[in-house]
Amino acid sequence: MVLNWKLGGLLLGLVFFAAVLLVKPIGVSTQFVILNGVVADMVSPDFITKTDEAYTSTNAYMAKSGGKYAGNAANPLNYSFVFVLAMALGAFLSARLRGGIDAAERAAPEIWRANFGDTPVARYAVAFLGGFIVLYGARLAGGCTSGHMMSGMMQTALSGYIFAAGAFAAAIPTAMLMYKKG
Amino acid sequence: MTSILLAIVIGAAFGAVLDRIGATNPNWIGGMLTLRRLHLMKTILLAIGTGSIMMFGGQMLSLVDVGHMSVKAAYVGVFIGGLMLGAGWAASGYCPGTGVCAAASGRKDALFFIAGGLLGAAAYMATYPAWKASGLLDDFAGGKVTLGSVPGASYDGLMAMSGDLLGIVLGAVFVLVAFVLPDSLVGERQSVEVPAE
Repeated sequence: MVLNWKLGGLLLGLVFFAAVLLVKPIGVSTQFVILNGVVADMVSPDFITKTDEAYTSTNAYMAKSGGKYAGNAANPLNYSFVFVLAMALGAFLSARLRGGIDAAERAAPEIWRANFGDTPVARYAVAFLGGFIVLYGARLAGGCTSGHMMSGMMQTALSGYIFAAGAFAAAIPTAMLMYKKG
Repeated sequence: MTSILLAIVIGAAFGAVLDRIGATNPNWIGGMLTLRRLHLMKTILLAIGTGSIMMFGGQMLSLVDVGHMSVKAAYVGVFIGGLMLGAGWAASGYCPGTGVCAAASGRKDALFFIAGGLLGAAAYMATYPAWKASGLLDDFAGGKVTLGSVPGASYDGLMAMSGDLLGIVLGAVFVLVAFVLPDSLVGERQSVEVPAE
């Protein structure tokens, strides 16, 4: 059951506030890069290397900003990476406690089935492609819905407003074209 | 060690709340982005507003460390990336955080979203030098700036006015919009059945 928006909004606001009060604003999409870095370094151990005081990588993106991402991938037991793992655990427990999600919905959401019928493979393909452009776009923008839109606008960051304008400018027409029903 | 404990507590709370507000459910995301069901939009606006009021209010009362703020840079790529994320968000019904949460809550399509996301992030890692060279990642309007000037913050303000006061005013505007926004903006308000799961 979904919470009414007043309680849900207040709880979500409290979580964003707690994060900035105790540590730093919430962000997620960087951790996709960190996980890629962890995997790449396992496959090819020269991917991340230790320098005198920090880390660097053969990949220019991992090595930027003084090797910040390279360092986090070399030591994945850091705040931001554990945060994302804990977020998954929290969602798992919360979903379990409310009785889980039924089998049809787990394969493809109702709004997909209302528009495209029982076509789970097509749904998986769209989810995969969607994931690709979401994360490519998030890294290009330097943040995602959490980091730019929520944390950014909450802090009155100019970049948060620019990001939200771009995201909704594309999201609303895309959704209206694709999902006429449901 | 403390920071890992905080990561676990705040992270788990974030995931649980995302699950309970419907943000991890593509039916709710689709309802919001087609403007047919704005319940989730109201939730998000209220969250940004209350978060902002608490943060800036806490700063004015010296209860919140201004140094905890983390403002991202503004550059043309932020808008281009926003457009890309928006299109993928609408098509899939997931963004990075909610996709991970949806997979954890048992949605199989979200696993494909994550796989695509890892590949997309890898593609950006590979093409980053071209973006860097294009100049589209160069700061504009001061880069890491807030709309007002926040006292004690290491970020410049776009405007000279008091940034914490402006933060509270804008926060109040978000809250107000959350309240006045109708449940639906389009259509004959067909009572679409969102599965109770």
